[in-house]
Amino acid sequence: MKQTQLIMGMPITIEVAERNTDAARHLDDTFTYFRAIDARYSTYKQSSEISKINNGLPIDQWSDEMKTVLALCEKTREETGGYFDIRHDNKRDPSGLVKGWAIRRAANRLLRRKVKNFYIEAGGDIQTYGFNENGEPWKIGIRNPFNMSEIIKILAVRSEGVATSGTYIRGDHIYDPLHPGKTIQRVKSLTVIGPNVYEADRFATAAFAMDIAGVSFIQSKPGLEGYMITDDGIATYTSGFERYVVNA
Amino acid sequence: MKKYILGLLVGVVFLAYSTVLRHQHSASIIAPATLSKKNSSSSSSSTSTSSNASPSTNSSPATVQYKDGTYQGSVANAFYGNVQVSATITSGKITSVDFLQSPNENPNSIYVNQQADPFLKQEAIQAQSANVSIVTGATFTSQAFVQSLTSALNQAKQG
Repeated sequence: MKQTQLIMGMPITIEVAERNTDAARHLDDTFTYFRAIDARYSTYKQSSEISKINNGLPIDQWSDEMKTVLALCEKTREETGGYFDIRHDNKRDPSGLVKGWAIRRAANRLLRRKVKNFYIEAGGDIQTYGFNENGEPWKIGIRNPFNMSEIIKILAVRSEGVATSGTYIRGDHIYDPLHPGKTIQRVKSLTVIGPNVYEADRFATAAFAMDIAGVSFIQSKPGLEGYMITDDGIATYTSGFERYVVNA
Repeated sequence: MKKYILGLLVGVVFLAYSTVLRHQHSASIIAPATLSKKNSSSSSSSTSTSSNASPSTNSSPATVQYKDGTYQGSVANAFYGNVQVSATITSGKITSVDFLQSPNENPNSIYVNQQADPFLKQEAIQAQSANVSIVTGATFTSQAFVQSLTSALNQAKQG
């Protein structure tokens, strides 16, 4: 059973590949969870806790969960040499971390309810568990950054997290208004496979900001594999990436 | 010798051109027509394409009229940074979309690891024909772009 809903400004898809479970209830429950996450962390909602914090809510009124998430953001900032930073214009925006974190939490909730074969995908970031309805590994396509309707790689995964950071703005020649003369990123897309979507997502986000050094950074992290596509249509990938690749 | 002078001249003109480009602070123009075309072309056999930009013969009162001017869109979050565009309307049509902010403002992002990593491998990307139900790919920059552009156009509607 598979369903897609638009939450947190992006399509979220959940598929439960089990006949004997109460799949519909699991889907409903998981979507409800994502709506609660959106209500707390959306910087677009004035009523969200993060908006209140950005508007001066005293720290003793922050929720424990928020403190945990902001601590994870700080930890990630340190682990990525400052490339992952949620602070812009004196405001905090943890959404770059919350997406992967929320998918992983939602997946763990399903696991606790004895659901073993499913995937959750939110805005191109994916957590898979077990097998698909045919009893095969889940297959994930990497989108062509030069042609949104095309797949350029197929991965077979079981219980992994996959996330992609990238830019698909067409025209390709974007000039940075704040740093005239600076060439914008050569990297069009960077896909990371990790032990779970939280790790994959936060490291994909940080590595993307490192431009073409990003894939070396992923190579240096145990347990992570990466596939980086540059503006010349060339992919550079880490040493262990190929074991996930399915030849179509 | 003449070739040298010619080559030098071409080089200088190119440099001047690229300098001008860089100081325009603008991105390539993406009109909504291009966006909708891109969407419709992905479903290959569909013939009926209802365009958002140019209302058809329906005498619906909801015909969108944009007033001339330049409108700043809202700042939209693209996860690793913000996207903000401005839309310029001339004679009721979008004539340019410029980036006021793009998600590459991290001053450190020009850092490039010069040392070749011996573990990395390379290949040219190639389209795959197989169908997959799960797709990974970044969509957020473009979504943020659309969001910012939409807010700019909403202002244009209200005048």
